[in-house]
Amino acid sequence: MTHLENAMQLSKETLDKIDARVEKYPVKRSAALPLLHLIQEEKGYVPEEAIEWIAKRLELEPINVYEIVTFYPMLKRSPMGRKHVRVCRTLSCALRGGYQVCKTLQEQLGCKLDETSANGEFSIEFVECLASCGTAPVVMVNDEHHENMDDDKTVALCRELKKTSA
Amino acid sequence: MPEEKRIILKHADEPGYTRDIECYLKHGGYEVLRKSYKLKPEEIHSEVMDSGLRGRGGAGFPTGLKWKFLDRKSGKPIYLICNADESEPGTFKDKQIIHKDPHQLIEGMMISAYSIQAKQAFIYIRGEFFEGARILEEAIEEARAKNFVGNNILGSDFSCDLVVHRGAGAYICGEETGLIESLEGKRPYPRIKPPYFPAVLGLYQSPTIVNNVETLCNVKHIVEMSGKEFAKIGTPGNTGTRIWCVSGHVQKPGYYEFPCGGLTMGEMIHDVCGGLLPGRELKAIIPGGSSAKVLKADERFSGKLKDGTEFDWSIWDIPLDFDGPAAAGSMSGSGGIIVMDNSTDIVQALSNINAFYAHESCGQCTPCREGVQWMRKVTRRMCAGDARKDDADLLLSIANQIEGRTVCAFGEAAAWPVQSFIEKFKDEFEDYPANGSVSSETGDKQLV
Repeated sequence: MTHLENAMQLSKETLDKIDARVEKYPVKRSAALPLLHLIQEEKGYVPEEAIEWIAKRLELEPINVYEIVTFYPMLKRSPMGRKHVRVCRTLSCALRGGYQVCKTLQEQLGCKLDETSANGEFSIEFVECLASCGTAPVVMVNDEHHENMDDDKTVALCRELKKTSA
Repeated sequence: MPEEKRIILKHADEPGYTRDIECYLKHGGYEVLRKSYKLKPEEIHSEVMDSGLRGRGGAGFPTGLKWKFLDRKSGKPIYLICNADESEPGTFKDKQIIHKDPHQLIEGMMISAYSIQAKQAFIYIRGEFFEGARILEEAIEEARAKNFVGNNILGSDFSCDLVVHRGAGAYICGEETGLIESLEGKRPYPRIKPPYFPAVLGLYQSPTIVNNVETLCNVKHIVEMSGKEFAKIGTPGNTGTRIWCVSGHVQKPGYYEFPCGGLTMGEMIHDVCGGLLPGRELKAIIPGGSSAKVLKADERFSGKLKDGTEFDWSIWDIPLDFDGPAAAGSMSGSGGIIVMDNSTDIVQALSNINAFYAHESCGQCTPCREGVQWMRKVTRRMCAGDARKDDADLLLSIANQIEGRTVCAFGEAAAWPVQSFIEKFKDEFEDYPANGSVSSETGDKQLV
């Protein structure tokens, strides 16, 4: 396990969170998805070695973790942009102009859909219904919601995002 | 104009109302929990039975009956799971509760857990609700500090822990057996019923109750006012209030809580939501989340209700309860009403929906895994400018081969939009221009 721990280099904070999380479940395997979330929160994605690391931690086979990583859309196997932009694609948002918002975001941020900008700053992806249909169209930047988006608001949001870029 | 009756969302948008426990306690919070723990668990259950409460997640199954199916003889631990995966397109009600009044959910859950004698409870929340999960975890710690959650709740000999578990962006986790698989740390492939009814073989093969957020909140109010009083709200068989979520082409989209059957579709759209956008006419309404069959503007709906009364409705006359949209051949589902006006390219709208189901099929059952991809391919090709006269029949044939041939109801959820769109707008599919999208003078939005 040592070589894996070294490879993972998780912070003490994350390791503590992992220990606390595993404790919460009557069956360890239930912690697999939460552990993937915790590792992704620290690393920005799920590194290959995390699969074996989690398997060992939860006394599973790596395939048991691998099957989850390859299923859930929110688990990423390569780094995303520091500002991860999710645009709702689904009907209620589309009816109120979600596709146009997505187009404007791509133009303003210089980043194509499903890609990460060259400087690693932005990723844009379409996601399915974000449960904000009453304030459509909706965009998420990391874990923050932006609602009732129109062209002007999208341009202003992009200006803000670029201002705080590294 | 019909008046909202806010029970679940009573405080949610009140000025000055905050989501911390002090505010909740000031408004009488956890008093019903105290009352509950003085009752016997089966007394609470019988209040829920008397209330006629039906599940608010989509299927509308009677909650008390669901609890009754619990296998109490197995000797295995009983689990309670709150389904907060809210991901049916058009639905955004549970999020309001979680963000604005999380303690109401926790109180409802701890009352329900006591009634079914679950010593461990979970809230399965969709992965995109980052903030919602944080809010709930903070609220649970506040409640734990006051002994409303955890060991020997309120000094009783009943203990129940509550854990928030986040999903990771998969719609299928809203299906209760898929949710259970996900919570077990597996791919969320739904289980086949029988034998895997959660009340008998649920989480860790133990008896499990899975209820929606709004449903569990209702339990609190049922114990507070009594099941019989609760049953007086709404109409027979459709008791209590419902939070309807209206989105799409209306002036005032939003969430509105009304007694079941307390208003018609017309009152909801025209009076509550301020009508359609200026200069537009209605084209269609999906009444219960995107899986529900579409209703066409000029349709007539007639037949006999459960109690034998005959009805003959326009789309505006449909009563908003569980049975109204069902009588009109659709369903109230999750309460997500999606309105489309005459600027909508109906083929694009279906293509948008097809893309959703193609993205979300878990891939376990062949008819669904393959069929949803084909339906998406066909409508996408139509929208890209290569529509063919027989596409309508082709789409119908694919949908008909999915429906009824899958482990879970996702197959139906994906087939019903295709079947209903084509049945009701067949000419628009057959005459769809070969050069792609119908141009519209009303300035419609791109949907694909």
